[in-house]
Amino acid sequence: MRLSMELELQDVPGQLLLALQPIRDARGNIISVVHHRDRKTPRGTVPVRLIVEMDRSKLEGVKRDLEKSGIVVVRAGEERFIEEVSVILVGHVLDSDLGDTVSRIDSTGYAEVMDLSLSMPGVDEPSSAYMKIRATGKEEMQRALKILREVGAQKKLLVIEPVEDDL
Amino acid sequence: MREVRISLVGYGVVGHGVVDVISRKRKMLRELGLDLKLVSITDHTGTLVEEDGISGEKVLGHRTLQEIANSEMSAKETIRSVNSELVVEVTPTNIVHGQPGLGHMEEALASGKHVVTSNKGPLVVAYNKLKRLADDNGVMLKFEATVGGTMPLINLIERTLVGNTILGIRGIFNGTCNYILTRMADEQYPFSRALAEAQELGYAEADPTYDIEGVDTAAKIVILANAIFNMNVKYNDVQVRGITEITPEALALAKKHGYVIKLIGEVPALTVRPMLVPIRSPLAVGSTLNAAAIYTDLSGTITVTGLGAGGVETAAAILSDIVSIYRTKRVDAIF
Repeated sequence: MRLSMELELQDVPGQLLLALQPIRDARGNIISVVHHRDRKTPRGTVPVRLIVEMDRSKLEGVKRDLEKSGIVVVRAGEERFIEEVSVILVGHVLDSDLGDTVSRIDSTGYAEVMDLSLSMPGVDEPSSAYMKIRATGKEEMQRALKILREVGAQKKLLVIEPVEDDL
Repeated sequence: MREVRISLVGYGVVGHGVVDVISRKRKMLRELGLDLKLVSITDHTGTLVEEDGISGEKVLGHRTLQEIANSEMSAKETIRSVNSELVVEVTPTNIVHGQPGLGHMEEALASGKHVVTSNKGPLVVAYNKLKRLADDNGVMLKFEATVGGTMPLINLIERTLVGNTILGIRGIFNGTCNYILTRMADEQYPFSRALAEAQELGYAEADPTYDIEGVDTAAKIVILANAIFNMNVKYNDVQVRGITEITPEALALAKKHGYVIKLIGEVPALTVRPMLVPIRSPLAVGSTLNAAAIYTDLSGTITVTGLGAGGVETAAAILSDIVSIYRTKRVDAIF
């Protein structure tokens, strides 16, 4: 089962390895690690979000081990996609392997394509695709959009992103 | 009554608008204490000089000055030799070298004359140089009309929103693109048909490249970056993508999910690209309108909208700049 954990680490070398050890011990598969260096807590700790593939029954044990090492576990549980963004792609969306485009997002572990609709006017004409992407957090969403931009540039697709409410 | 002697350089659509607006508003301006006197007009065919002031009636019927010019002076010679204190520069824009407007502005500022302009090119190419020239000579360079036409933006930020830190500006700065995208969304027209319609209605130039490739929007982003954010950037610093790849199908998909597609310029991000805008957003304006959201630290987000082009509309922004130069002491100087 895919689980997400939010931890707070001391800002000293070696902390991340210390945090990952109990997960490895529980044979968890680490899918992604996002360090929020820019969002230090008032206590000076660094928030870190992990996505882990692991048996849920092992979660409590891992949490205990982490806390024993002095790591704060803010939240741990089933992965939650809390950010959603709509994107439109224009170009030869299907011919440029739409399956691959989608899987480049899905394979990140922190974002996925959850809604997809296509509009194809004619064989040689550019088609358009609407997709809704969801991700586990704002930073993860920005990463997913960056991947999509890169894929768009490779496949000569126009990627139309939404304006955000704030800058 | 304060008499202000003005030289107008450029007599196209905006130049006509300036003459029209100054004559139409003469009474109101006099009530403000200003007597705006147009003492010379120059275009590519020649120059008309009248020391006592040129009347709108005399010139507005003429498309160019060819039949009414009384001097062969070039624009620079006119700026140098005619007794005026303010130059309105409205020649066609060129964002590669900024000429001929750049030369006109340098001449005017160096001669100690205020400059009011709608011409983006010189500001894109040499904003910092022109600003320094104005400061060194104790005169003003005003350019509200270069960004967003009649939509108040620069004066709004510099005066009304003063005290705020401006975090960013994001908006629709090209009426032609907005018209094309609106028609494509409403009628499911392909791009080429919407463009042809815009050209027939006079919203798009015969060569629409500057508009549809995002060049015009990017030029405005450069001006905002330099003038509002002191960024010292050039045109090439802006990442630009126009609207030519947009299809009616993409617009229909967007609409189905609650969005419109707009060409959005952003500063300080320095990007121009088509983006999805929620239908209920104040930025989701249609037709030839422009709109800009100004993100501030104290006042939150302020959104303005207005006509981005048109002779009289652009001239209104020029007039407002002219008045603001002279009303400084009466209205909002710090004593």
